[in-house]
Amino acid sequence: MKEFTGRRYGVRLHVNHETHTLHVRAADTLLHVLRDQLGLTGTKAGCENGDCGSCTVLVNGTPLNACLTLAVEAHEQPVTTVEGLRGSEIQKSFVEHWAFQCGFCTPGFICNAQGLIDYVRAEHRHADDELIKEWLQSNLCRCTSYHEIHAAVKSVLDDGEEC
Amino acid sequence: MIPFDFDYYRPDSVGQAVELYARLRAEGRNPIYFSGGTEIITFGRLGQLVTDAVLDIKSIPELGALGRSGDHLVFGAGLTLNAVAESGLFPLLGDVARHTADHTTRNKITLGGNLCASIPYRETVLPFLLTDSYAVVAGRQGNAWVSMHELRLAPGELLVQIWTEQSAARWPSVTIKKTKQDEVDYPLVRLALVHDGRGVRAAFSGVCEAPFRSWDMEDALNTPGVPLETRIAEALRRLPGQVIDDQLGSADYRYYLLHHSLREGMSALEGGGR
Ligand SMILES: Cc1cc2nc3c(=O)[nH]c(=O)nc-3n(C[C@H](O)[C@H](O)[C@H](O)COP(=O)(O)OP(=O)(O)OC[C@H]3O[C@@H](n4cnc5c(N)ncnc54)[C@H](O)[C@@H]3O)c2cc1C
Ligand code: FES
Ligand code: FES
Repeated sequence: MKEFTGRRYGVRLHVNHETHTLHVRAADTLLHVLRDQLGLTGTKAGCENGDCGSCTVLVNGTPLNACLTLAVEAHEQPVTTVEGLRGSEIQKSFVEHWAFQCGFCTPGFICNAQGLIDYVRAEHRHADDELIKEWLQSNLCRCTSYHEIHAAVKSVLDDGEEC
Repeated sequence: MIPFDFDYYRPDSVGQAVELYARLRAEGRNPIYFSGGTEIITFGRLGQLVTDAVLDIKSIPELGALGRSGDHLVFGAGLTLNAVAESGLFPLLGDVARHTADHTTRNKITLGGNLCASIPYRETVLPFLLTDSYAVVAGRQGNAWVSMHELRLAPGELLVQIWTEQSAARWPSVTIKKTKQDEVDYPLVRLALVHDGRGVRAAFSGVCEAPFRSWDMEDALNTPGVPLETRIAEALRRLPGQVIDDQLGSADYRYYLLHHSLREGMSALEGGGR
């Protein structure tokens, strides 16, 4: 049985291919550990209630709300934040499609979209508009760039299908 | 930020979890089972829940079970709602799970967490009520089979699995969810209907203070030789409790949506269902 007892626990997180040994409270969310201890402030704190998706990161390839995940749950797991997607197809596509305005929601959308792209390619699935909508519904954009965001994601998925 | 500290344990087996819970309680602690943790984290942050020991149960093998056993389907309580929906094993349960919360949150919310939640919706219970499913509940005395109609866990009891007859999981079904504004939200009305070959069964969430299946309403809906509108009106007279009236929707509005959903659902089911 894994136990983290006492006030501070040593956890090992593999974030963007770098391993970090950190001392955290068991009650610390992954969101705050990424931002406050690792300085990875690309992951945004919006509602902290699971509603907005601005804190989305990939844990073991799966999009999760970092505000609904304890850092101890991610012990020894690979974590990807928006900083780890620098230069990715999806980042470029967001730029090309003007898929942001203020940019606050963008890191969450990009991480979620990367999760979708990886899933579709691994499963050899066709990503129709319904599937894209189902995934992207998890993220809110107060600037209402939804149309451009959908286009940016679709463009990467369509390119992948042509290969 | 969660404003209090707790210890975190990840038991490897059902026995270890149940014993640890009992030991912590005996020591005067306030332990809680933690599955997806979404309710514990959100309520904890707002001070609506306090614990000093979290027992993370989702990596216990039995809670991850998913598949067929004899005539039954087996769903581990630690499965995420997306895993349940993507399995395609139980179409109605998949439909309900797929429209509970949003896709990313469903990577974290578990079936057991939704069934044991303190919020009043617990939408995934409806398919299990309609199919007279059974829960496997672990306590210090071992495992017990409990009808989903009677599932009330005592402190320290752990929901391990839910078993559903395969034939019942294939009954024609319809589910309708009405929300205030967005597609992703808590239900003002969630209706689930199945046809078991003899008649319609009906279960509801978001309508009264807890999700329910009503045999009394089913009798009204199945009355032979009576027009659909009259059957629905009679069924609505037999609601088992007060309709919820809150900031999400007034009782009158919910009642209107319920009426409308029943008409839509019954017409679809009597016309064949899925
Ligand atoms: C953004 C968001 C949207 C949501 N939308 C919906 C919705 O549309 N419809 C809906 O019905 N719900 C919705 N919910 C509520 C959610 O389904 C419940 O809060 C549910 O409890 C979360 O599951 P979990 O696995 O995270 O539970 P946890 O937070 O891990 O646990 C919740 C409770 O259940 C107990 N528990 C968990 N598993 C077991 C077990 N195996 N045995 C015994 N006790 C157990 C825990 O001790 C705790 O008391 C939403 C939640 C969020 C955060
Ligand atoms: S900050 Fe996590 S979902 Fe809004
Ligand atoms: S670009 Fe401003 S919130 Fe989305």
